[in-house]
Amino acid sequence: MNSEFAIEARGLTKRFGDLEAVSHLHLDVPRGQIYGFLGPNGSGKSTTIRMLCGLLTPTEGSATVLDTEIPGDAKLLKPKIGYMTQKFSLFGDMTVLENLQFIAEIYSFPTRERKARIEELLDRYNLVEQRKQLAGTMSGGQKQRLALACSVLHHPPLLLLDEPTSAVDPQSRRDFWSALFRLAEAGTTILVSTHYMDEAERCHRLAILDHGAKVADGTPADLQQKTGMHVIEVRADDPYRAQAVISAIPRIASVTQLGVRLRVLLPDTVDDPVAIVNGELQGAGLDATAILSTASLEDVFVAVTLKPNRRAA
Amino acid sequence: MKSLSRIMAILRKEVRQLRRDHLTFGMVIGLPIVQMLLFGYAINTDVRNLPTAVANQAGTHLSRQFVAELEQTQVVDIIDHVDSPQQLEGLLRQGKISIGVHIPHDFDRRIVDTSRSAVHLLVDGSDPTILAVAMQLRMMPVSFDSANSVDRGPLPIEVRPYYNPERRTPVNIVPGLMGVILTMTMILFTAVAIVRERERGNLELLINTPVSSAELMIGKVVPYILIGMIQLALILAVGRLLFDVPVRGSILDLYLAATAFIAANLSLGLFLSTAAKTQFQAMQMTVFILLPSILLSGFMFPFEGMPKFAQWLGELLPNTHFIRLTRGIMLRDAGIGDLYAEIVFLIGFTIVAMTAAALRFTKRLD
Repeated sequence: MNSEFAIEARGLTKRFGDLEAVSHLHLDVPRGQIYGFLGPNGSGKSTTIRMLCGLLTPTEGSATVLDTEIPGDAKLLKPKIGYMTQKFSLFGDMTVLENLQFIAEIYSFPTRERKARIEELLDRYNLVEQRKQLAGTMSGGQKQRLALACSVLHHPPLLLLDEPTSAVDPQSRRDFWSALFRLAEAGTTILVSTHYMDEAERCHRLAILDHGAKVADGTPADLQQKTGMHVIEVRADDPYRAQAVISAIPRIASVTQLGVRLRVLLPDTVDDPVAIVNGELQGAGLDATAILSTASLEDVFVAVTLKPNRRAA
Repeated sequence: MKSLSRIMAILRKEVRQLRRDHLTFGMVIGLPIVQMLLFGYAINTDVRNLPTAVANQAGTHLSRQFVAELEQTQVVDIIDHVDSPQQLEGLLRQGKISIGVHIPHDFDRRIVDTSRSAVHLLVDGSDPTILAVAMQLRMMPVSFDSANSVDRGPLPIEVRPYYNPERRTPVNIVPGLMGVILTMTMILFTAVAIVRERERGNLELLINTPVSSAELMIGKVVPYILIGMIQLALILAVGRLLFDVPVRGSILDLYLAATAFIAANLSLGLFLSTAAKTQFQAMQMTVFILLPSILLSGFMFPFEGMPKFAQWLGELLPNTHFIRLTRGIMLRDAGIGDLYAEIVFLIGFTIVAMTAAALRFTKRLD
């Protein structure tokens, strides 16, 4: 009966007028894992999450979320999912405690266990001192911890998190991710969207979205091995000129500057890529050296989101 | 020079933003026009066609001639003929007529013997404008065409103001003001209450919980019904203590009428909230409802004095019907039964607005 996947999407599509926000998306999210959506703004991450929780009706396609059909009766699904919106959506003019109590009442959390559960959450998410504070006056990190506490209060087996860390500092992000791992270990399936590479790397599996379509998916390690690209790192005294020279090489997929270094992507059908790049650099009289490197997740992202015309070039 | 170019930059930005804010732009154009039309039509002290009933107990040629002359002034619009002054009083209480004309059976004798009044005008004195018009009717010259008639000037007409014999303005204003205050607060509160949650993002959280749309609507509306009841009690208390405004009818009837009225306004507020994107827009929309509710509802100017078109508009507003109810219950000791048509309208309005709001609201979730 129970599928091994918490979410199975088949050809999920959403159009807003002429804009295809999500295009024929296939997804298999295994239970108990952290599954990442990596993509730039406007790539369809939020729209997909909203369709999966029944907030938006797909234009085409369907999905099974925790054995509930989408589109269908989303009412059955609501008590089983926790959802964290991109923008802080709790009540700024109520205290931390009042917000948690409100959520507990809305989800009809058993009255007897309510108090203990709220105390447990205050403690776990480090909000004990803020319990009487108005939520609107808290820092970004505190608001985010409160939002997570509220979304997990009713023990949902599935968490949908829409760019939960976009408004918080790096330390808060690390703390937040350890909380997510803890939830995953306890069996919660977590779908999280992000545009941070370091966060994507922490996911068990991830899908890279670009312009509403899934352009790659798999474990981070898988994706790094199967880019279909040679990755070459170039150190140059004049990286700006070096970039111009390398960009002129036929079949170059992309050149990205990182300080004094350049990350160069070439299709893996090209033989001896390092020699080609070094030859061009020396031919231009530049003091620069190219060495073969391994793909980072950022390289993967660049490789799979290349414009088709650049990829062909 | 630099300062000028910076001022110009701000200026161009303002114009550009204003052009894109259609509702504000609409207010810039629409408000003067709407205000002019509203005030132009509503402010009309030259009141005509006051609904009138006649109890002609004389039934003579002369008395019928008098009624015909009365009708020719166009001040009155005779909508009914009854047998007794008691029936006139009944129609007055129900708010069906503003003036009752009672002609005693010895009318023919009384027009000769000027020591006694030949005609009694029973006037709804709760509206001072109507009373003033009735007073003017006393000056109406009547020229009976019988052979022996001499110009004897105006007839001895007696005006009997009902319900507000002292002719005090607060007695007329307070029942209407109740409707205006409730219109303003109820529509604004509900419209803003939902739009605020949408603006702050709370709504996206709420609709992802097991809360149904109906539960959300009911939970949001009920507190405001209570607030409306408190406001009503405050207005009544202040009216009674400071301005000595009576409640001649039953308080229960008044609260029943107010419940229907508050429900109508809250439904309208909910409907506006589905159309407004920001709290500011919700406020702008409230103003567009509030203005006609003040001007076309019979609150400031007699309903009968307005042209037909303005009356039709007025009939669509909940406040018009509520003001008829409050004036009837508070001043004329009318019961809900006398004014059931107004209650029926308010309930119908609530159902229509609520349905429209619910239909639009479910769509907005998608």
